[in-house]
Parts: sequence; C-alpha cells; structure tokens
Amino acid sequence: MEKQISAPIDKKTAEELTAGDYVYITGTIYTARDAAHKRMKETLDRGEALPFDIKGQMIYYMGPSPAREGRQIGSAGPTTASRMDKYTPELLNLGLGAMIGKGKRSREVLDAVVRNKAVYFAAVGGAGALLSKCIQSSEVIAYEDLGTEAVRKLYVKDFPVIVVADSKGNNLYETAIEQYRKA
Amino acid sequence: MRTVNVSEITENIKEMCIEANHYLSKDMEAALKHSQETEASPLGRQILGQLSENLQIAADEMIPICQDTGMAVVFLEVGQDVHLEGGAVEEAVNEGVRKGYTEGYLRKSVVGDPIERVNTGDNTPAVIHYSIVPGDTVRITVAPKGFGSENMSRVFMLKPADGIEGVKDAILKAVSEAGPNACPPMVVGVGIGGTFEKCALMAKQALTRETGAHSTIPYVRELEEEMLEKINGLGIGPGGLGGTTTALAVHINTYPTHIAGLPVAVNICCHVNRHIVREL
Repeated sequence: MEKQISAPIDKKTAEELTAGDYVYITGTIYTARDAAHKRMKETLDRGEALPFDIKGQMIYYMGPSPAREGRQIGSAGPTTASRMDKYTPELLNLGLGAMIGKGKRSREVLDAVVRNKAVYFAAVGGAGALLSKCIQSSEVIAYEDLGTEAVRKLYVKDFPVIVVADSKGNNLYETAIEQYRKA
Repeated sequence: MRTVNVSEITENIKEMCIEANHYLSKDMEAALKHSQETEASPLGRQILGQLSENLQIAADEMIPICQDTGMAVVFLEVGQDVHLEGGAVEEAVNEGVRKGYTEGYLRKSVVGDPIERVNTGDNTPAVIHYSIVPGDTVRITVAPKGFGSENMSRVFMLKPADGIEGVKDAILKAVSEAGPNACPPMVVGVGIGGTFEKCALMAKQALTRETGAHSTIPYVRELEEEMLEKINGLGIGPGGLGGTTTALAVHINTYPTHIAGLPVAVNICCHVNRHIVREL
C-alpha cells in the first residue's frame, strides 16, 4: 500500500504502518551512523542531553558524499543498519520514532520496535544519487569533526522508503524472501 | 626498457577514482537492465528501475552512484621491462587517490587505525596489489569497494573431503547470510584453492572480471552457472525484499592448493560493482 507520512512521526501513524507498505516521507529527519551513535551513547552515559530531542524523530543511517557547489548534499543512500543495533534499543526506549536504513536488525531491536510502537524503514541501498534528489536542505548540528559521520538535520520531500519491521512484529525481510524461495 | 614517470600513474588513478564512482561500466549496466526483464517480483522490478534511474542521475548530474565511494583497491600489473621513475610508486598511487577523492567530491571513508578510528580525511591509503608481468606496460585496475557488501564476505578453510559440494554450500551460506545487507543484486567473486590469503585475493580479482564473463575451465564455468541459478533461487531479490534477482553474476577463480586444504573465499559486491582498467 502506498502512503504519505510526515516526519517526525507519532505513535498512531507508526501503528498504522504495515511491513511492505511503500511510504513517502516529508519533513525533518536526522542522520547518524556508527561514530555518531557511539558519541550519543557516551553522552547518555554521562547523563547529558542528546544533540536533538529524540521523541518521535526519525534517524536516517547515512553518511553523505560531499556536496558540490550550490547543492545541499552529495550522494545520500542508506548504510547497513545492523551496525547500530547495539545502541538502538536504548534510543527507542527514549522515544525514537523510526529508523531508515537497510539490512537485517537484531532480535533486541525488533522487540524494541514492537514495545515502543516504532517502525524500521528500508531505503534502496546503492541509490544514493536518486535519494539525494529528495533532500531539500542539510545542516550539520553535532559532531562536525566526524566529517561524513556528523549528525545532520535534513528536510526531505517525498523520500521513498519501504516498511520492513512494523509495530505488530512483522518483518518483510523474512516474509518476502519465502515467497520467492525455490526449495 | 621503457620509462614511465609515476606522475602518470597519479593522474590516471585520480581520473579513474572519479570515473568509477560516477559511471558504472557498460557490462554492469547491461546486467542490471537485463535483470529488469526477468525479475518476477513487482517490487523487485520497481527497485531495479530505481537503480537504473539512479545510474542516469549519477552520470547526468555528477553525483556519486552510491554515497559509499569505497576504499580504493588498486591492482598494478607492472611489465618487467618498465622502469618507474619520478618517485615512490606507492606514494604516487596514494596521491592519485587523494586527488580523486578530494577534487571529485567523493566520500572520505577511511580511518587511519582500525581501533582508534580517526578519519584520514582524504580516503588514503589505498589497498594496493602489485604484480610483475612480462612486457613494457603498466596496467592499472581501480576498484573502489563499498563496505556494506565487504562486511558480508567470508573465507572458509574447508577440508579436501568436503569437495565441490562443500564449496557450493559455503558460497550459498555466505550469500544467504549477506541477504539484504549487501545491497543485492550482488556480484559474487569466489576464490578456490591457494592459501588463506591467496583465495581471498582471487575472490577480489574475480569481481573485476567483465560481468557475466565465464571461466575458461569447463567445470568452473558450470559451477558459475549452477551457483548463479541457486543464488537466484534463494528468494532474496533486489534490496533483499524478495525476488528472483539476487545476483547478477558469479565469477570464480581457482589456483593449486595444498594436499591438506580446500580454501574458499567469497567476496560479495553490491550492484555498484565498480572496476575500471587503463594501460599506460
């Protein structure tokens, strides 16, 4: 089913999404990948506040290539989400609304998605040029020294994703493969 | 004896890094296009269509095909009748990578130490494989390698008794576990034989072969065909979201090995299998 949703996301919207839905996202999202997650974890461990209020936000696992002059961003496709699994349940418990990445997640993350009524989206891996066209603005808001791994605030319009893991416990990576598997 | 100045190597590698990251080679593009006609899943066909559109946007607007513009893997085959002058060849290669990634707006994805993890800022150093060959030319292959798929690659030290069935199981195990993480449709490079490091290097070299070209050894060619069919029967599909196009090609290289061993390496590459060759 095709849907249009806005970011940040509320729990009601997340609950209405089902694995396999093709969704276009419009609104503000944040980027963070390996090194930024490590820093966010250290920040939380010190009892300090995250660089943005995480409630209902969407994190896009992405580190862009540099922008050419006059452009907002370079190539901007998803990176493998499982490398963030170690940090994700804690962020979901703090109110993280959705994640955009690619690839499988751990049992702990999938359970935390259900428990917190969140959602895990996949964007098409390796389509960074195409996806960059949906990003209308980009601003580094934290950890600038990490270069491509800094936290960026993005404004996206009709950003195309597919629901992989929903709040009801469905996982498209498991079900879709079965449909096309030959014994 | 022919003299080649290493500055020529620098300049070519710079251009090759930029070219490889914006234009996918014709063989890969053709393989992707063909898969759109055979893919059974509607969502799979939609994703393959997006990948073709992505290639067009990358070329037209000079936006890298993928934001992971890779760690630069460089093969240098140097003719034994060539004299390289003008500086150290390793530095010349790295200078080419530095210029290509900086001037070409490519992502700097290399950290200087695997544990301390501070970005080197210019994507150096490259991973360089040298070989000395007959002749008086320098053949350069640049193959920037993304890590979504590199992370899913595997080495298996099988026993001779495992035989060809063991090899097939190993390949299928690596590809099944890679699943959606490796950005399918993939190209699967396999090395069989040699030693621990030799089979890994053969698997990497296999990825630089023209997509879909087969081994000249009859049983290896059959194995390539059989494995492609079996991999596409896993159901993983484009983006890992189900379908009949999980791999575009399987390339296998072999080498003599020890009486006690059967090493197998599976180097997986995503659909952005970048490889270009120039000869100086």
